Amino acid sequence: MQLSREQMLIAYRQMKVIREFEERLHNEIQKGEIAGFTHLYSGQEAVAVGVCEHLTDGDFIISTHRGHGHCIAKGCDVKGMMREIYGSSEGLCKGKGGSMHIADVDKGMLGANGIVGAGAPIAVGAAISAQLDGDGRVAIAFSGDGACNQGTTFEAMNMAVVLKAPCIFLFENNHYSEHTGVDYAVGTAGDIASRAEAFGMKVWRGNGCDFFAVFEVMREVLEYVRAGHGPAAVELDTERFFGHFEGDPQRYRGPGELDRLRATRDCLEAFRTSVTEAKLLKGAELDQIDFEVGRLIDEAVDEARAAPRPTAADVLTDIYISY
Amino acid sequence: MAIMQLREAINLTLHQEMERDPRVIVLGEDVVGGMGTAGGPEAIGGIWKTTEGLYAKFGAGRVIDTPISESAIIGAAAGAALAGKRPVAELMFADFIGVCLDQIWNQMAKFRYMFGGKSRCPAVIRVAYGAGRNAGPQHSQAVYAMMTAIPGLKVVIPSSPAEAKGLLTQAIRDDDPVLFFEPKALYASREEVPEGEYLIPFGHARTVREGTDVTIVTCGQMVAVAAKAADKLAQQGIGCDVLDLRTTSPIDEEAILDSVELTGRLVVLDENPPRCGLAVDIAANVATKAFSALRAPVKMVTPPHSPVPFAVELERAYLPGVGDVEAAVHELLGYRGSAPR
Repeated sequence: MQLSREQMLIAYRQMKVIREFEERLHNEIQKGEIAGFTHLYSGQEAVAVGVCEHLTDGDFIISTHRGHGHCIAKGCDVKGMMREIYGSSEGLCKGKGGSMHIADVDKGMLGANGIVGAGAPIAVGAAISAQLDGDGRVAIAFSGDGACNQGTTFEAMNMAVVLKAPCIFLFENNHYSEHTGVDYAVGTAGDIASRAEAFGMKVWRGNGCDFFAVFEVMREVLEYVRAGHGPAAVELDTERFFGHFEGDPQRYRGPGELDRLRATRDCLEAFRTSVTEAKLLKGAELDQIDFEVGRLIDEAVDEARAAPRPTAADVLTDIYISY
Repeated sequence: MAIMQLREAINLTLHQEMERDPRVIVLGEDVVGGMGTAGGPEAIGGIWKTTEGLYAKFGAGRVIDTPISESAIIGAAAGAALAGKRPVAELMFADFIGVCLDQIWNQMAKFRYMFGGKSRCPAVIRVAYGAGRNAGPQHSQAVYAMMTAIPGLKVVIPSSPAEAKGLLTQAIRDDDPVLFFEPKALYASREEVPEGEYLIPFGHARTVREGTDVTIVTCGQMVAVAAKAADKLAQQGIGCDVLDLRTTSPIDEEAILDSVELTGRLVVLDENPPRCGLAVDIAANVATKAFSALRAPVKMVTPPHSPVPFAVELERAYLPGVGDVEAAVHELLGYRGSAPR
């Protein structure tokens, strides 16, 4: 474990921000405060943070419909995101995109994406651009186990191999493609990495509920890809603590499944146990972060509620740069 | 100025723009050609010869030969554009837009809007379109009307070699995503083309023939059909105002309305099928904005609601011709109450 104290504190904070952001959204959505469809990332925080803590603003990621965690981990402004989800004209995307389209290109965040599987080809393009610049930057396509069945993902993997593009196909296997189990929908007995391997890529697998495991895997993967060896793929085993979308009755879950997952597969709890038992960080330090993050999210929600609303005239802005 | 073919005008433009701006990259199937073969790179140089010589001059980093993966090609163009490059992606045939529509429609067309105006996607997608080469139902379609319906895209249809040069230069320098429709039946057509810098701004129609009796609005390879019909009608003393739209998004609404107010009669000539198409769009716009100027109903000349057929006789019957335009003009002039003012 080569993380400094500072790095560990930052990583824990980032995971906690994602968790609080999502748990709070879950509550606010139940009150009917938020319009539209929202897909929450709770449970998968170790993946987004374990990956993005290695990246700079110059590296690119593209996300999925379940994108809040990736956005936060890549440095998107949390309050701007909350305002966006509330539909404010001062949201990160001026209320034009909403939960499924949060982006901040200046931070290398090429967008959450409402179309399952659409991100992988776009990541290859960003990787081609980075390759041409020759400065070791990479592009990462976050995909779920659902997107691994889309032809776009296959095309992108092959093209990345052919062009030796510095692209990482990062598959978060949370065992559910929307409302369907991976054992049914992923024909390779639920195994995704073997597919990437078949396209000629080096692959890694890891426990997506363990921040330190993800961080170590990604250290190797990024070293490999930044060195110019071409693309790589990673499959991380993780858990989704909420439904596919908010409002999903989750009748596909087994009895007690969610309670068991929260009790045994919570990446934040695992982090806390691991660093306090090893005496790397004190419980009180983490408690302090919990407190600060709670306050940050309270403020984010309060400010989002009070933020300005778009007007009808805003419909017609930002379609073209010139027309 | 030099006489050159439309394909040569495209090739020259790509050379010049790649030379001018290191951010310009080219990608697509067989844009180099011959990769992984005994013949070696450049054995093909693009099936239309539009990308010939680029690989030798600019190298594999900027001239990217891709597998047959249209979604990945267009997705990669979108991603490279977001990342700061100016990709020019080639789809061999406009019909293949069907394979990668999501990347065009849901991705590049919407990025800027979805992201609140904080991104740019200066990608060009070049496609070869149109009937007239007996390529059958999946390799002959016009398609640009469908693209015109998508907010966030610009749609360009050059009608000649010089037009292709001026419009492609503008497309590559434009900051929004552009669909560039090359009339493949005209690749070998020739005319004088400016060899130096030449830009044609989008949204400005070109008057191809002047006249005061009937307006003919068209674009792409139908421009030559309209011009030929206008020349024949001129011999009968009928003056046609022929407008080449050049771009259907943005569209030069002013030029169309100005001309209709002058002539009082409108023929819209388009290569797309009639339903929800470009001709209907233009006819509706004129009916809602210049109804009182009309001295006869708008006449739409399009192919029928049918796929593009293969056989020579069938394709000829499908595609609007000079005779169809002449007949439309005569019908308008013969419309009751449509005597010259």
